[in-house]
Amino acid sequence: MRSAFRFELDASATRSPWWVPVASVALALGVCAIFIAANGMNPITVYSKMLRGAFGSAYGLNETLVKAVPLLLCGLGVSIAYRIAVWNIGAEGQFLAGTMAATAVTIYLPELQNGWAIALMLVAGIAAGGVWGLLTAIPRTHFQVNELITSLMLNYVALLALDYFVFGPWRDPAGFNFPGSPVFTPAQSLPAIGDTRLHLGLAFALSAVALYYVLIKFTRWGYELRLIGANPTAAKHAGININKHIWIVMIVSGGLAGLAGMAEVSGVTHKLMQGISPGYGYTAIIVAWLAKLHPAGLIVASVLFGGLIVGGYSVQTIGMPSSVTDMIQGGILFFLIAGDMVAKFRLRRR
Amino acid sequence: MDLAIQLIAAAMSAGTPLLLAALGGILSERSGIIQLGAEGLMLMGAVVACLTFIGSESIPLTLLAVVAVTAALGLLHAFMCVTLRANQIMAGLALTLFGGGLSAYLGRSVSGLPLPGTMPRIHLDWLEPVPAIGRLFAHLDILTWFSFALVAALHLLIHKTSWGLHLKAVGDNPATADVMGIRVQALRYAYVVAGAALIGLAGGYMLLVYTPSWTEGMTAGKGWIAVALIIFARWNPLRALFCSYFFGALDMIGFRIQLIGSDIPPYFLKMIPYVVTVFVLMYLGWRNRNKPSGTPEALGIPYIREQRF
Repeated sequence: MRSAFRFELDASATRSPWWVPVASVALALGVCAIFIAANGMNPITVYSKMLRGAFGSAYGLNETLVKAVPLLLCGLGVSIAYRIAVWNIGAEGQFLAGTMAATAVTIYLPELQNGWAIALMLVAGIAAGGVWGLLTAIPRTHFQVNELITSLMLNYVALLALDYFVFGPWRDPAGFNFPGSPVFTPAQSLPAIGDTRLHLGLAFALSAVALYYVLIKFTRWGYELRLIGANPTAAKHAGININKHIWIVMIVSGGLAGLAGMAEVSGVTHKLMQGISPGYGYTAIIVAWLAKLHPAGLIVASVLFGGLIVGGYSVQTIGMPSSVTDMIQGGILFFLIAGDMVAKFRLRRR
Repeated sequence: MDLAIQLIAAAMSAGTPLLLAALGGILSERSGIIQLGAEGLMLMGAVVACLTFIGSESIPLTLLAVVAVTAALGLLHAFMCVTLRANQIMAGLALTLFGGGLSAYLGRSVSGLPLPGTMPRIHLDWLEPVPAIGRLFAHLDILTWFSFALVAALHLLIHKTSWGLHLKAVGDNPATADVMGIRVQALRYAYVVAGAALIGLAGGYMLLVYTPSWTEGMTAGKGWIAVALIIFARWNPLRALFCSYFFGALDMIGFRIQLIGSDIPPYFLKMIPYVVTVFVLMYLGWRNRNKPSGTPEALGIPYIREQRF
């Protein structure tokens, strides 16, 4: 049946409106409420418990910010890659590489107990993440291997390497056979802000975001990234070496995730242990998408998802699995992608 | 000889879920829609299998539930990619993340529980005395036989029938297919949904046969390896069979080395499939650098009627 109106895709609509992220979060919460209710819980109780757990107290807010730091750094990392359509989903592995490299400094240079310890751990963490990113870039640029698969395979490799270290050579001899490295000394720990668990990593993350904004907006490098993102063919004809940019972008992207890993192990957990990341690298993908790769949006989104992770922990007390967080996250990504497209459809008269 | 037979048998059992998932992916991608949700679909298939099998103790009902749920998720993917024309990479990732979270959430109550039974096997006693063949084929479970039949059926479908021609036309050049009167969008929906159900069955197989108890994230990247397998197999069902068994063998070699008590830490042995995946892809990319890779030409590009490219 023909109707007088029809929907069509407006290809000229490049920006999706502000309400898409908001509506996505709301709709995802709505859909997940159905699953929660099907499981015999009251979704309103669960959600309000999550909200209070994450933002309702000074402690909760503090924990939320602690979780937001790695999300912000990893989210920023993948955003830079997504700018030129390099689909890095390996932030998780790059993060873990950073935690392992920083821990290696404490294990193999135990006599280093001054400011150099932190400095060296920083360099090691960023370098390890960068190398892990490069391992994804090289197959892409020189062997035409899709970076999605490489970066994901490397996540599993990093996870197994971490298990090897904490169960094997780096296991704390005084740790009652518990898998984990020895606890870091104060000189190997990032200083905390005031009396809280929040650490200097927050300053790193915020300055990285500021630097990203300046670089993208005002430098030639940023201009070239934007050009490649907008039209790779035109960029190629303009003489831009796209392969070189993929390398740089993956090193920077991995380096930021590595920095996040270093900050987490040195500032929060103070030792390398199993399950050190609750999936920061994967959540970072959603953070980047929700933020539309925008610096200010990244800050808001990472605080929101930090709260979601903390809220997930807090509903465990009422018998709810914390995996409800992962479910909500996946749902948000679904509605975001769909919403971006729905917003581009226009109602036209035939 | 005996060791070789053992290895092949083990490779088949470890390779069958990879094969089912790869075949599902091939169906979807031949029609032009990238399916990166394989990992999430397999996890959902596994958790639904666990929940229904523990609840009903009926294999047919379990398989039906797995197919129904994952086909519904496939429908969602098709809606995103075909109707909304969303970014197929991101839609697949969303499916993986959502499936991972939802399966962990739903599987909480059955985590670690043993299954009340096993997958029925087809016992071919007359085949038993035949050397090698008897050992390999006399006592296989029904889903493995199904996977053989499926390879043959899909090979014939894709390469020998007009349906296969239509499928390839839709995946390679949807605009031309449309002009020829092929219903591009309907076909894409059908193949994405069927493919998703097959990937779900792969997850169900993993749970019912391979590791008979649910643990969170139990597929451990098998879905992604299946995505890579599609590339090794160049979107070809017959090649997918050999590639899947090759990776099944890799998986098993790690176990075997562990069993004979070597000094290599098990963590490194478990890395083998992931590392080999990257290296094989790199080798193929290098070897085929000046040749077509067999990728459906319109893979990942949404088809919009009346739009010129």
